[in-house]
Amino acid sequence: MPQPDHSYVIKARTEINVERKYHMALLSGMRAWFGGRIFRKVMIPWLLILPIALIHLIVVIGPTIIGLYFSLTKWAGIGQSTFIGLENFKNILTNDDEFWPTFGHNMLWMLFFLTIPMFMGLFASSLMAQIKRGAMFIRTIIFVPYILPSVISASVWRMLLNGNIGIGPKLASWGIPGLDQAWLGDPRTALPAIAFADNWHWWGFLMILFLTAMQNISPDLYDAAKIDGANWVQEFVNVTLPGIRPTIVFMLMMTAVWSFLVFDYVFLLTQGGPAGSSEVFGTLIYKDAFARFEFGYATALGLTICVFAGFIITLFTYMRRRGWDI
Amino acid sequence: MNWLIKRRTKPVFVNYVVLIALCGFALLPIYVLGINAFKTDAEIGQDSFALPAHFLLDNVTKAWTQGHFGRTMANSLILVAGTVLSIMVLGGMAAYSLARLNPPGSNVFMIYMLTLSSVPVWIYIIPLFILYKNLGLVNTRQGLVLLYIALNSPFAIFLLRSFMLTLPRDFEDAARVDGANEIQVLTKVIVPLVWPGFLTVGLVVALGVWNEFQLAYIFISTDDLLPVTTSYYAFRTRFGQDWALTSAGAFIMIAPVILIFLALQRRFIEGLTQGGIQA
Repeated sequence: MPQPDHSYVIKARTEINVERKYHMALLSGMRAWFGGRIFRKVMIPWLLILPIALIHLIVVIGPTIIGLYFSLTKWAGIGQSTFIGLENFKNILTNDDEFWPTFGHNMLWMLFFLTIPMFMGLFASSLMAQIKRGAMFIRTIIFVPYILPSVISASVWRMLLNGNIGIGPKLASWGIPGLDQAWLGDPRTALPAIAFADNWHWWGFLMILFLTAMQNISPDLYDAAKIDGANWVQEFVNVTLPGIRPTIVFMLMMTAVWSFLVFDYVFLLTQGGPAGSSEVFGTLIYKDAFARFEFGYATALGLTICVFAGFIITLFTYMRRRGWDI
Repeated sequence: MNWLIKRRTKPVFVNYVVLIALCGFALLPIYVLGINAFKTDAEIGQDSFALPAHFLLDNVTKAWTQGHFGRTMANSLILVAGTVLSIMVLGGMAAYSLARLNPPGSNVFMIYMLTLSSVPVWIYIIPLFILYKNLGLVNTRQGLVLLYIALNSPFAIFLLRSFMLTLPRDFEDAARVDGANEIQVLTKVIVPLVWPGFLTVGLVVALGVWNEFQLAYIFISTDDLLPVTTSYYAFRTRFGQDWALTSAGAFIMIAPVILIFLALQRRFIEGLTQGGIQA
């Protein structure tokens, strides 16, 4: 009688055993991994950042890199792009009809916003710092324009700067002549008029920033100044200004950078007109890309103004390094 | 001491005079807009600063239908809700990681976030437009919301992170001892404690998205999807000289914003000045 062959049983058993061992190893491995240091200290923290990082990769970083290439091409947005090297940048810098006047307008814009809103903000916040009763109320009122959408501010100032129904004609009817003109329709006044409207919405924000900074200055310094017999001008120059200097310098830097990026108010009020008298880089890039379909050229122009912005930031950083203590 | 108090009271009166004049400057355009919304065009032509003879509601109803405010405000609300919810969830996660867990390499991400707030949109907006076109994301809400999330996330993450850094670690450690994992620590311990931070972020981001014009104008041109800002621009272009109608449209658009701002002004002002880096 032949012996029944049990070898398959043994074989199966060993297989099962091996498999079980393998499973056990896998399980403990997984446990070690998921409960492990690397997983807890590296994987989970990065997984929490990952979604935002991915969005930035798709929306900001990726396009920036693609843009670096497209700035070197001639491209209409559809079809093939042709590599033309630095041709776009050469055309930009030699385009005397568009680039340099626009550069001038942006510099004027910067000059306006580095001075007038800063002065208004400092002036109003130093007045605010001295009062208590009603301060909250005044603060809120002055801040209201900042929360309005640019379309609305632009729309209402279009009405107020109008030559027939605006502020000018009203003043003329009260006997104050000379202001009843179409501010936005005149090439000489269009750009300052837009800046005026934008400033209406902007300066209150600066005031609050400066006021908050002033409230963080130690009252001891003011007491010391008083004991020394300082009047309020000396107090302002020697205590308040140094106390809020970091805020002022930071806002000066950001204002300078933003001056190259302005778009909304110019586009909404004049679209750069009349006759290009209020053209800024924002509206110019918009036109080059979405009206003239010169995508390569427009990208190169965008890159150029980023260089200006980068230059300003480097300048401020450099001055800080040089011990300007700002 | 008497002379000191005397010297302080006199300039304070001058302060009030100047500040009230500045308040007038801030309010004048809003006043003009508010009254002209309820006047006839003829009345505005006569005197655009006078109160209406009788309050006329026709402009508002006409602007509501002609400007499709029902639809466009709904569109804006969808953009606001999408952005705010995503920012709260995703930004909260990232902020927690950056505040407490500090994985190796996370400082690179922080520096990137800091620089981003001063990188001009013009450097990537055109290639992004082309990319979106290829991905079918132009003229979609999702595409615009993704962009809004990216642009608002530095502010949201830094604000939430600074809130989280002020919390004592004891609460979290207690939860960890009880066997909670990082996700549970975040949702059960951190979120309830920094809730005011989330509220501030939500308000500031919502206001920013509601008011946003430039990117909405570039990325959305389908009538059905227009948010209230770009749609108002089209409306104003169409009825350019009809001051009564455009004022009424503007009134519809800003009335809710101003009311919400006045109700929550302290939180708004705090949030916006902390995000001053953004504007």
